Amino acid sequence: MKKSWWKILSFVLLVYTIVAGFLLDVPHLPILNETIRNLYFHVCMWFGMTILFGTSFYYSIKYLRGFNYRNDIYALNYAAVGCLFGILGYATGFEWVNVTWITDQGQSVGSVLKEPKLIGAAIALLIYGAYFVLRGSFTDIDKRARISAVYNIFAFAMLFPSIWIIPRIVGSLHPGAPGSDSGNPALDRKDLDATMRMVFYPAIIGWTLLGVWIATLKIRIQLMKDKNIINE
Amino acid sequence: MNKLFLICFFMLISTMSWAQDKVEMADVMRSNGKIYTVVAVCLTILTGLFVYVFLIDRKISKLEKENQK
Repeated sequence: MKKSWWKILSFVLLVYTIVAGFLLDVPHLPILNETIRNLYFHVCMWFGMTILFGTSFYYSIKYLRGFNYRNDIYALNYAAVGCLFGILGYATGFEWVNVTWITDQGQSVGSVLKEPKLIGAAIALLIYGAYFVLRGSFTDIDKRARISAVYNIFAFAMLFPSIWIIPRIVGSLHPGAPGSDSGNPALDRKDLDATMRMVFYPAIIGWTLLGVWIATLKIRIQLMKDKNIINE
Repeated sequence: MNKLFLICFFMLISTMSWAQDKVEMADVMRSNGKIYTVVAVCLTILTGLFVYVFLIDRKISKLEKENQK
């Protein structure tokens, strides 16, 4: 229980996110209306995903430096939970698109499907999907760990252009593209309302910690399963 | 005796519903377009999820201890 303070912190922060996120006042903006509160949920999924993929990337490099099988297990499970967050981010984004871009902004479904941010996010998630396919196609454990570690570094490198850079260059409906505002609107201190920032940053930490918790559970199960393979 | 009880019971119910129709009491859960109800629902789901994850965590800890022996 001594080491579990961050699990409690995660719970406290998420309770705060929901209570403050629903009840505090938010800027009154056209089209967005109350859906601006999705910032605490939808956007946090992507932030959490990036952090989890980053952790996975870190362990892949660590694996390649010493070939310790334990690091391969870490990299795999952080990537798996990162994918879960990405899928949740995609699903919540679709719900949000439905009532803002399509219904209230009058965009056609066709123009939403051509949306660079959506395509970029899909590409990034598919690249990570290929990571799991690649892993599954090996029977040799060492080969699997080595090649998938190298692939994981490539996948993380592809995450940035496909999600963050290209949609901002070519322009998109999504906030943070030329035409709306440049840069990341959620991180821009001048753009994001002060009250919203007070909820948004704790929300990112809370959701990420929850993801890390789930990842550690998966890691611990696999470490127990593969106890005989791991040479300490 | 039973019938008398039932009659009293239904009379009580009818008075309760009548009271709901007319009198608006201080009720947190129904104010502000019932947003507090949404908050309560989300908190319930969140708490449930955390309890579930916590139980899995405890189970794994127990297994780890057994495995070390």
